[in-house]
Amino acid sequence: MGNLEKNIAINAENRADFDRIANWISPNAKVLDLGCGDGSLLTQLRKTHKIHGYGVEKDDSNWLKAMNNGVDVIQMDLESGLSGFEAQSFDVVILSQTLQAVLNTEAIIHEMLRVGREAIVTFPNFGYWRHRKQLMVGQMPVSKNLPYQWYDTPNVHLCTIKDFDEFCRKGNIVIEERLVLTDKEEVHFMPNLMGSLAMYRLRSK
Amino acid sequence: MSDTSSVGIVAPKTAHFNEPLQLKSGQVLSQYHLVYETYGELNADKSNAVMICHALSGHHHVAGKHSEDDKYPGWWDNLIGPGKPLDTNKFFVIGLNNLGGCHGSSGPLSTNPATDKTWGADFPIVTVEDWVNSQARLADYLGIKQLAAILGGSLGGMQALHWSISYPERIRHALVIASAPNLTAQNIAFNEVARQAIITDPDFYEGRYYDHGVLPRRGLRIARMLGHITYLSDDAMGEKFGRKLRDGKIKYSFDVEFEMESYLRYQGDKFAGDFDANTYLRMTRALDYFDPAAQTGGDLSAALSKATADFLVVSFTSDWRFSPARSREIVKALLENELSVSYAEVTADHGHDAFLMPDKHYHDIMRAYFAKIEV
Repeated sequence: MGNLEKNIAINAENRADFDRIANWISPNAKVLDLGCGDGSLLTQLRKTHKIHGYGVEKDDSNWLKAMNNGVDVIQMDLESGLSGFEAQSFDVVILSQTLQAVLNTEAIIHEMLRVGREAIVTFPNFGYWRHRKQLMVGQMPVSKNLPYQWYDTPNVHLCTIKDFDEFCRKGNIVIEERLVLTDKEEVHFMPNLMGSLAMYRLRSK
Repeated sequence: MSDTSSVGIVAPKTAHFNEPLQLKSGQVLSQYHLVYETYGELNADKSNAVMICHALSGHHHVAGKHSEDDKYPGWWDNLIGPGKPLDTNKFFVIGLNNLGGCHGSSGPLSTNPATDKTWGADFPIVTVEDWVNSQARLADYLGIKQLAAILGGSLGGMQALHWSISYPERIRHALVIASAPNLTAQNIAFNEVARQAIITDPDFYEGRYYDHGVLPRRGLRIARMLGHITYLSDDAMGEKFGRKLRDGKIKYSFDVEFEMESYLRYQGDKFAGDFDANTYLRMTRALDYFDPAAQTGGDLSAALSKATADFLVVSFTSDWRFSPARSREIVKALLENELSVSYAEVTADHGHDAFLMPDKHYHDIMRAYFAKIEV
């Protein structure tokens, strides 16, 4: 699969997480989407929830796609923080399937909670049984949510649901809600093993 | 074969204004004129006008040529024309020469109606706010109540930004390119060196050089050479000239030996022959004085609280004279006012001059933004 196909596959899977994210957003909310890609989440939320949204995107070609989709998009690198945004100036700050590709993971989560009253974070669960199975047979996991080979992956901070729960507890972050999905269906039984996608609604303590 | 993406042969027009213009300095221009050009057709609703604000050495001749024989087209011809990012099939584009300029509008080279003599050094010092007021009158003159967009780079971007404060109801979009909310101390310092080069030229005669039949060419030349150094990036200069020698060997002289020197001298000479020193002084002062946040205790967000336009802010990575950080200050203030704003930081190695270059991604950005403007 080329990178383009991979992106399309990820975007298709994102639709599932988009609908769930939408459920966590109040109508007319002010939303900041970090790593907004082509802006489809914001476009969707604007239609369904009349949100006032901005995207943040580093990549030139994604930036242009977002602009062409009518999204207000700010070009910047998340790694340099969110100093361009006032504290508590957004209702929600979203990081959808980007956490695993961020270098400064801890800082960015805290920045999200500084800028937003709430943060929504979604990421592929590395603890998913299919991933564990691949490791058991001795290979790095490659799946729908992790479509990259070890040598070309942008993902540098993969974690499991258990890891992230602990990260929040240690960082004084309140988990308002947690949702785990596999193939767009909610997973309640052994989520860290059975779930492929983790979604968190967070706030500061 | 004619170039179908060019606006073709254009001719400047002049608009005369008899209603006095109160200037920020306290002085009043009792009457004045502005030279302008237009490209494309104003639609029936008069809703498709885009005004271009020029920078330090710019003018009204933005696109097209004045005659087939012109060596170069207008200064932003790569952006404006049929099918270009700012498409003249859709938009009616207006370029003008600002007050105090030396390309036909009222300025040091024009006649002072009170004395019937050339204004010269007596032409008032004008500010960005004054320009914006005069530009609004030009829009009135053309029967345009609201511009689809105001666009400018560098000092032109400052004018675009100020339109959103002075006349929020008269613009729908503002495009602020390679600009800043005010000049840094370093930038003012560069301007001061340029001004000192002109003012201390023995041929300057306190700005009354016309009366002496001379021009302060040396000063203007040095001012421009300095300017050119700051508009380019170190990398771009290194790429273009490096340490290349004109004659291949060092001659132990103070003549032109390095290609870099040759380029600077050429640019300086060209400019000194074309541009008016009194205008140069005024343009740099307009840059220095621009500081909309000064009215609101340094709070740019408060200064922009009246703005209602949608914004596109663009900066260039290698631009150290109007750095991306300065554009981000503008973006932050616009975000604080919850305005619609997009910001692009274009990777470019041409320094400040990048905003005039036909970089593909930059032009794609401009094209995408102009495409979404409804007329």
